[in-house]
Amino acid sequence: MARDFHYTLPAGTALAQRRLYNVHLDLTLLVALIAIAAFGLLVLDTVSEQAGIVTGQMIRVGLALAAMVVLAQLEPRTYLRWAPIVYLVGLSLLVLVLVLGVTAKGSTRWLDLPGLPRFQPSEMMKLAVPLAVAWYIHERSVPPRGRHLLVAVGLCIVPAALIAPQPDLGTSLLVAGGGLAVIVLAGIRWWLVAAAGGAMVAAAPVLWLFLNDYQRNRILTFLNPEQDPLGHGWNIAQSKIAIGSGGLFGKGLGEGTQSQLDFLPESSTDFIIAVVGEELGLVGAMLLLALYLVVIARALFMATSSPTTFGRLVAGALTLVFFAYVFVNIAMVSGLLPVVGVPLPLVSYGGTSAITLLAGFGIVMSIHSHRGW
Amino acid sequence: MPRNPKTPQPIDPEQLRQAFAKRAFVLFVVVAGLFSVLGARLVWLMIVQYEEYRTQSEDNHRQTVPMVPVRGLIYDRNGHLLADNQPILSIAIVTELVGDLDQTLLDLDALVGLSADERSAFKDRVRRKRRPLEEVPLKTGVTPGQRAIVEINRHRLHGVVISPESVRHYPFDELLAHAVGSVRRISEEDLIDLDARRYRSTRFMGKRGVEAFYEQSLHGEPGFRQVEVDVYGVERGEFSRQRPSPGHDLVLHLDVDLQIAATRALGSRRGAVVAIEPKTGGILALVSNPSYDPNLFVSGLTPPQYQALLDSRDRPLLNRATDGRYAPGSTFKPIVGLAGLALDLTDWERTYADYGEFRLPNQRRVYRSWNWQPGQPGGQGIVNLRQAVFRSSNGYFYNLGSQMEVDALPEFAAQFGYGRVLSLDVADADAGVLPDSDWKRGERGEPWYPGDTVNMAIGQGDLLATPLQVATVASIIANRGLLVPPRMLKSSDGVLAETLAPNTQPGRVEGLAETDWEQMVDAMEDVIHLGNQGYLRNGIAWAHIGRDIGYRLAGKSGTAQVVEIPQGEEYDEELLDEYSRKHAWFMAFAPADDPVIALSAFVENGGGGSSVAGPIVREVVDAYLLGKRPETEDPTPPALASDAPLTPAAAGT
Repeated sequence: MARDFHYTLPAGTALAQRRLYNVHLDLTLLVALIAIAAFGLLVLDTVSEQAGIVTGQMIRVGLALAAMVVLAQLEPRTYLRWAPIVYLVGLSLLVLVLVLGVTAKGSTRWLDLPGLPRFQPSEMMKLAVPLAVAWYIHERSVPPRGRHLLVAVGLCIVPAALIAPQPDLGTSLLVAGGGLAVIVLAGIRWWLVAAAGGAMVAAAPVLWLFLNDYQRNRILTFLNPEQDPLGHGWNIAQSKIAIGSGGLFGKGLGEGTQSQLDFLPESSTDFIIAVVGEELGLVGAMLLLALYLVVIARALFMATSSPTTFGRLVAGALTLVFFAYVFVNIAMVSGLLPVVGVPLPLVSYGGTSAITLLAGFGIVMSIHSHRGW
Repeated sequence: MPRNPKTPQPIDPEQLRQAFAKRAFVLFVVVAGLFSVLGARLVWLMIVQYEEYRTQSEDNHRQTVPMVPVRGLIYDRNGHLLADNQPILSIAIVTELVGDLDQTLLDLDALVGLSADERSAFKDRVRRKRRPLEEVPLKTGVTPGQRAIVEINRHRLHGVVISPESVRHYPFDELLAHAVGSVRRISEEDLIDLDARRYRSTRFMGKRGVEAFYEQSLHGEPGFRQVEVDVYGVERGEFSRQRPSPGHDLVLHLDVDLQIAATRALGSRRGAVVAIEPKTGGILALVSNPSYDPNLFVSGLTPPQYQALLDSRDRPLLNRATDGRYAPGSTFKPIVGLAGLALDLTDWERTYADYGEFRLPNQRRVYRSWNWQPGQPGGQGIVNLRQAVFRSSNGYFYNLGSQMEVDALPEFAAQFGYGRVLSLDVADADAGVLPDSDWKRGERGEPWYPGDTVNMAIGQGDLLATPLQVATVASIIANRGLLVPPRMLKSSDGVLAETLAPNTQPGRVEGLAETDWEQMVDAMEDVIHLGNQGYLRNGIAWAHIGRDIGYRLAGKSGTAQVVEIPQGEEYDEELLDEYSRKHAWFMAFAPADDPVIALSAFVENGGGGSSVAGPIVREVVDAYLLGKRPETEDPTPPALASDAPLTPAAAGT
């Protein structure tokens, strides 16, 4: 089988690439991901007021990278074998959350089981659902048809339905989206994709009935931000001011008045792209976008080069989930989408999403580098 | 092993891979397209709308904080401080920032104690309109200890502000309330007329007296600080600062010693004393009794306190000296005499036989003498103008007035400031009433009758004047017809008032010879000094104040009727209600040949001018010319006496 990285590289780089490939890592992806994480730490440093935040985040990113390296070593067949089991375990944990979950900030998302650190079962479903759907489809016909298609969709919807009432609409959609990405990648007809999309738009008014007040407010605010600029519209108004006032080159690191004087809410977490825009300008924001695009392009390419359907589907879907994070976050902070709690991958403060996403890239690397099965 | 990974491959794997690659490529195009959307969005916000967002971001974190200028100080002519500024700590509440106002008040009460007055005044202020986010004052005079207690409990006292402020203080309390006036908290209505920029953080403005008239000079120019604030409004830094420039200091003509003497002379009687330096027009003393403590208006009166001041029958808030309108009575007679001379209707020799009763031709109404009694018409006998003045003959002036053309007397009297405001800088000074034919037609819808001039000739009828106007008349006669308008301000920051605001008033009473003035002064000297002449031949005030006087005082008494006594009825002082009794007047100047003080004394419902108002004038002039000070030698108020550095002026005593 032909090597798939036939683009021209400097001599030393080609060597490094080969050496990394031998330990099941991908140079391009690794460099781009580390660059994004470093970029994030730099920005986080300017907005963190307490000591130790940056150090803590460095440790988290380090742990996430370690998880990626470890998962890259596992063979794809291991994932295939464990996919249904992990899925079922995750599903039962989600039911457990509904029964005895820990509540914080108005949401019940966490489990505090004896002997384990507190964790969020919905987070593992971001990986488990694409794996399980790919496993299911891989076993049967590609593209899935009829009954199989319904089961595959069901595998996506059931966990999403369990997560939504926590309430956590963002994660619920990402979990379902990961599974549905597998189905789309598996080659179902485009008209089916279009029809499904149309059906969801049609179902939106029904969905409205199931939303919480705060979720409805977010959507109302998005549709009419000037209505209540000091209330629900405040966050988005301030983030647009932060981004817009950055201009071409930004106000300089640590010089952003919106970010440094607390006008920008959640400046170290969900709204951190606004800090990038304000302090580093359009140039800085575009650089970050370019790095994300490199990651997505490279990972999709790696997916394409996988010899197995399972591998292609899993790697492609995980990449699309990563893309969804980036797009939804930036679109939301810049006022293109309603506010949903989606962090900017590897840049926003917080460890959970970093671990999940880098673990996902670990699986992608594993699929890419293990060819003999 | 849960499952064998070797599953049947339905189609050619390479074909599947190709199909996937195609699909992945389509999706990558979608991804790239959506990234372009994000990029376009960023370009839109950061390049196209850059200016707008840049401005919004500047507005967010830049704030202009005004700095209140220090209000100018007010001194008397001898350097005594009449109005100064004192730093105090006060607690105020920004009600918009408080969740539960009642709970906050309860907490504050428990911590520092709030009086019932403070609470009710606060609730009253809360109800009133004010600027948004303006602090509503709750308690003034907070001690540093109380401040510390509040600071410790800051977490549950959101919206509570403790700030040092410089507030007006009047060390002489009631003494100068009507002369210097006072400042008061700026109200919603005040803001309509005020320069919003200059007064952005000013909390007090002059509302009465000198404080009101010279508000613009005293206020000063505010400074401004450009500061950086965070989202909570907390200051994080300063961009620039423009210092405030303090208001101008004012030196008044007032003489606190004389003011004290005049206040003591009035005692507890309702009335007024106004003393003027004739050569400069400077107002030396301006007393209106009863008075009030102007400091109360600074700290804030409770509604019941204010209502009590308003409702008092003694009307302490009325400035009788400048706003009280009273019939001038016989103090008007010198003007009538001078009018007769100027109009060639009389001279110093011509006599009139005053046997008590005067009638106009073909009229039944009898105009009586002041010493009329039932069965005894009274009168002063045969009198010339000089005798008519020192005996205060009604008949002579009835007769003189009856010969004057309609409006001739009002026109002449206007030159003395009747019906006009001559004073240059007395806030809200009243013009009184100088009736003439136009006035009467407008006011009463009646023509001017000859009897109206007859009545006016003894200072009765519709003629009304303020004590300040009567003192101005004394000053004009003292100056032998030269009119120097009265003024409060002597100098400001070392510049004389005459330079700051040149006098544009017409300067001289027309139509009289120098000798006429001298003879009138002589006649007015006789009022006090001519004694031991026998029945109906002594100066009318001699017995009361002239027997032991050590300098030449020229003056004229006045006893003005308050209620109309029906024809033929007896006027019994004792039977009248206290508030219907006659007003007592005395106007005078001294020394007669080179006057340094001209004044009027007025006692509301006081009775006889010579017996009641005369001694007040005598006491005040004694104090001024002979240095007869009241018992307290040092006019420095007790509160400041021990604190020499605060009153550099005290050295001047």
